[in-house]
Order: sequence, then structure tokens, then C-alpha cells
Amino acid sequence: MSATEMTNQDRGVSERPFGFWRRSYAMLVKEFIQLRRDRVSFAMIVMIPVMQLLLFGYAINTTPRHLPTAVLIQEDSDLARSVLKALENTRYFRFTREVHSVAEFDDLLQSGKVLFGVEIPRGFERAVRRGDRPALLVAADATDPVAAGSALGALGAVVQTALAHDLHIGDPPQLPFEIRAHARYNPAAESRLNIVPGLVGTILTMTMLIFTALSVTREIERGTMESLLSMPIKPVEVMFGKIIPYVIVGFIQASLIVSIGVLLFGVPILGSVTLLALLTTLFITTNLSIGYTFSTIVQNQLQAMQMSMMFFLPSILLSGFMFPFAGMPVWAQYLGEVLPLTHYIRIVRAIMLKGAAPSNLQYDTIALIALMLVAMTIAVTRFRRTLD
Amino acid sequence: MSLAPASASDIAINVEGLSKSFGGREVVHDLSMQVKRGTIYGFLGPNGSGKTTTIRMLCGLLTPDAGEGTCLGYDIRRDADKIKRQVGYMTQRFSLYQDLSVRENLEFVARLYGLRDARAAARDMIQRIGLNGREEQLAGELSGGWKQRLALGACTLPNPQLLLLDEPTAGVDPKARRDFWNEIHALAAEGLTVLVSTHYMDEAERCHEIAYIAYGHLLAHGTVDEVIAKSALSTYTVSGDDLNGLAAELTGKPGIDMVAPFGTSLHVSGREKSALEATIAPYRNTRGWRWEDSEPSLEDVFIDLMNRSKDNFQ
Repeated sequence: MSATEMTNQDRGVSERPFGFWRRSYAMLVKEFIQLRRDRVSFAMIVMIPVMQLLLFGYAINTTPRHLPTAVLIQEDSDLARSVLKALENTRYFRFTREVHSVAEFDDLLQSGKVLFGVEIPRGFERAVRRGDRPALLVAADATDPVAAGSALGALGAVVQTALAHDLHIGDPPQLPFEIRAHARYNPAAESRLNIVPGLVGTILTMTMLIFTALSVTREIERGTMESLLSMPIKPVEVMFGKIIPYVIVGFIQASLIVSIGVLLFGVPILGSVTLLALLTTLFITTNLSIGYTFSTIVQNQLQAMQMSMMFFLPSILLSGFMFPFAGMPVWAQYLGEVLPLTHYIRIVRAIMLKGAAPSNLQYDTIALIALMLVAMTIAVTRFRRTLD
Repeated sequence: MSLAPASASDIAINVEGLSKSFGGREVVHDLSMQVKRGTIYGFLGPNGSGKTTTIRMLCGLLTPDAGEGTCLGYDIRRDADKIKRQVGYMTQRFSLYQDLSVRENLEFVARLYGLRDARAAARDMIQRIGLNGREEQLAGELSGGWKQRLALGACTLPNPQLLLLDEPTAGVDPKARRDFWNEIHALAAEGLTVLVSTHYMDEAERCHEIAYIAYGHLLAHGTVDEVIAKSALSTYTVSGDDLNGLAAELTGKPGIDMVAPFGTSLHVSGREKSALEATIAPYRNTRGWRWEDSEPSLEDVFIDLMNRSKDNFQ
């Protein structure tokens, strides 16, 4: 032992000072090299903060403007047009639909195609001239209190100011009609009514993604993939075999969350429970397919986790779960449309809080099916049938 | 490169010119081989010689860069699915599910191959491989020998026509190895073709035919006797005292290509018999050494092939 020490000392190798730092440095260099080789991790380091910053900074808007609004015009008059113009000038409302019946008006609100509806009653102008102070009805979808709140809050004062010029009303301005705001579906603006259904989707997204994101990489890392590939099984079969068990798991999870929501938080289920169960199963399957697709793309389990996070983050931020969807800029809304959670949140809120019927939910159902099929197609084509 | 269709009946594996590279390094080079049905074909070669890659190309797990051929009469490029139905592949590393029990693993395989009664098939196989009593044990908890039996059981379960065994006996004790080989011979007697890669010379000698592969090149093939005869290696077996001293003196001398101790004797080999004899002449009647003109062992032949191929390909 002393002999070795001697030679080492002679060479100047042994016990130089700062051994701790040198070894740490060696380790650090090694880690950097490994990190550089692991492209996905490297990308995450850059992408996650950049994405968060961009999404939080630009996409999220708690005082949303330009919200889609339907107008029900029972009377075509100069005053009616001025009022609508004034409403649009507040920049809170954007008139996307013009309807002619109350049924249509209600349907648009229920399906979530518009967040507000403005009704100009018959004989509005005449009533104003007579000084009757008629009511201008503004109905709001208040399932998301944040989205509806600021627009409704600003309604009176802003419209008044905007109309002051048009109507030549004196100072202090006095509106010749009454604006009657009606918050539908969640009149008390209780945010938990909005959040609990959203949580169903958010929790399912997280758990379902991770279940399947790890599935293929786990086989590869444990070496079982070699055996599996040498047997006569097709990529689609592997996929279904890995997805279906978790559909059941997901369904149990969803039932649990919904039950807690109803029993503990008093969230109502106004619509059909069967419809909710059916569309929830579709949503679960869509997420599982996306997770499985990730697992056919990444190299190892760590990357699979990272990729799931990468998908989960925008799902929370851009789906309308945390912040009003309609308040986001258009590009963020397009991004949001690609996320299953966006569609499911609309579905689950519509069924639970608004009692929506299948016909109200067609678009979002089709979107979920399309996303699922796209994910499955990518997964099946990406699945490596050989070890090449 | 015409592959006669008639060969499909009595030839299980017939490939020509197989090549495969990974990241610019050629792992298998222009490999051709024929394996007759019902034979046990030994596949020998050092680590990293391309044995596993070749086996993987045969069962469709890897696509050859060049070359063509058939496995059980099916094209290895186009009919991978059909090949997989008829071939049992036992991987070098245990690749069944460690977190499934013996029974569950076998039932999984049986179901995957669409056997009519998966439970019964698994039960019969457990009997056959002698794992009864351990059915419910997790595969990951089995010892090396049992894992290997289970893996063999899993790949013979769907009644394949061809078994590809990649170093099946690595890390297994001698008794388990012997049992394993008895099983292989029993399967071959039933008409199964077996391609088995190994490092062990005694196992090579249990094969009907062998092939030796090094650095991706197939260097020799045939029966054990043919391979030894073709080697053109001359070997003298020396016995007596101080063989270590003799070995040290001879190593590196002209005509001496290999000196290897075998128990109480020493194998001295050379590729040119005249040069070998000239060099050993001064030692033949000294210090009580007994020299005997003998056949090289299979190991001598392989080490020599490996040394030569190192000169040629590296």
C-alpha cells in the first residue's frame, strides 16, 4: 500500500488539494456531456421556461375582451344599432351570431358557442322615446365567472359613456333604458362550480398521459421488447393491449372525481350522466392514445415524463381550465383547439352545469375523436417493428 | 443468387450475402449459410462477432442492409410475420416479464400465438420444463438456470419449426447446461431445427454442424471434424515438467502460432508444419518432455481463426 502511495506521490497524482472540487468538476463535465447528448432533456430546459413565459405573458388574460356574443334583434331601429355599436365599442363583446328566435339564442349559449347574448326587445326605440326605460337584456354564460365577470361589471358605465355621444344625452348622463344583466348557469358566480368539472379533465389528462407514455419505453428499457417483437403481434394490437386496461382505470378515476365533486362540493349534474360517462370515456381514450404516441417517439422513460409535462402544461393554461378560453388571443385559441382538455372542459361544464344535450356538443365530440385518431395513426406508424 | 424453391423442404435457413452496419461499423459482412432441417447448428465466435445480429436478421428483428435469403422457406425481408409464427427466439438477455409469474408469462405467449387453450398449454409446458411448484413465482425471482428453462419453454410453446437460441447457457451451472442440451437434442429428434450460439467448446461439439464467425465474417463451417481438418493447423501435445518454462520459451518463435496449456499438457500449434517442426526439434529430446503429434482441439482451431482474422480484418 505504501509502495503505491510512493509512486503516486512521485507522479504527483495523489492527494493534491481541492480533491472534492476536482471530482465534482469531473462529475459536472460528465453530466453536461450526457445532457448535451440527451437532446430531449436539453430541449426541455429551454422550452419549458420559454413556453411558460410566453403562455403566461401573452395568452392569459383575466379581463378577457372580444368575447363571442350573439344578438337577438327583435327590432331593427337606429337606436338598436347604436346600442349594439356601443356594446361592441366597449371591446368586451364581439358579435359573432345574429339570431332571430329565443330557442336559437338559448342553444348558442348552452353549447358554449357564445359567452353572451344581447336581446333587443320589440318596440325598444319607441319605449325609449316614451321615456319608459325599457330593459335591454344581456345574458351571460357565467359557468366561468372570470370570463363573464369583468364584462358584466363594466357593462353599465361603459355603455353609458359610449352612448352619451350618440344619443346626445346630457351631463350627468342618464341612460334612457335599463341594462338587465342575467348571469346564467352559475348565478352566484361560484368558481368551484366552474373549477370542479375542469379538474375532472385536468386530473385525467395528467394520469392518463403518464400511464401510457411510459408503456413502450418500459418494454424497451427492460429488454422485453426484443421478445415481444419476435412474436407475431402487430403494432395496432400492442397499442390496444396497452390502452384498454387504462380506459377502465381512467373511468374509475373519473367516477371518483365526479362523485367527490357532487357530494363534497355540491356541483350539480344537470345533464345526462350516461352522456357524461360516454364522453368522459372518449376523452380518457384520447389522452391514453396521445400518451402512447409519446412513448413510441421518445427514447427512455425520463423523456416520456418530460414530454408528458410538456403537453400537460399548455393543457392547463390554454384549455380554459385556469383562464377564460375566449379571452385568449386567437393564436392561443388555435393551440387550445388541438388539446383534448379544451374540448372536454367545454363538454363537462356544459353537461354538468348547463344540462347540455348531445346536439350541443357535436363539435367538441368530433374534435376529441379526430385527435384520438390522429394520435393513434402516428403511434402505429411510429412503432418500430424491428430493432434497427 | 437463385434460391431453389425445392430447398425449402429440407433446408431451414438459407441466406446469402447478409450484411448489416450500425453507425458506419459493419457488424456482419457478406454472410452466407445453410442449415438443414432437423439439425442442431452451433454458431460460434467471440463477443461482438455478429452472432446476435445475424440471429436477429434471421427472425426479422433487424433488416439486412444487403443480402437475401429464406428462413423456413419464407423470405427474410418480406415475410417476417410468417417467420415469427414458426420461429422461437430465445434472447441472450432474459426478456420475459420479470413482474409476471411463470404461468402468466407462458399464458401470455400462448395467447399471443393464438393457441386454442392457453391455460392448458402453459400447464403442459410447466410440466415439461419441470417448473411445477413454481408456477406462481415471479419470473424475476427465479435463479439463472430456471429463468433459462422458462425462456426455452416460452419459445417452444407455440410449437415452432425453428429455434434460434442466443447464448442460452451463459451463466448456467454444468448440470443445468447438460439438462438443457438433452432437451435440445430431444427437440431436434422431434424434427425441430435449432440454431444455437455459444462460447463453450463442449457445447460446440454437441452440435451436428458448426459455423465460426469473427468480426462479422463467417470463417469456417461444417461438422466439428471437417472444421478441424480444414484448419490446416498442426498441433503437438507436450507433457512433462516445467511446461510453463517451455511455453515461455516457445512463444513468439518462428513457426509457433499458438501455445496453450491444457491441464497437465501443453498444445503447441503452427500453421506450417515444417516450420513448426524445425523450431521444436531442439526441445524434443530434452528435460523429459514427451512430444506427441496430435490433432488440434476445436478450441485451438477457433483461437487460431480468431488470431488470423484479427490480422485480416482489423
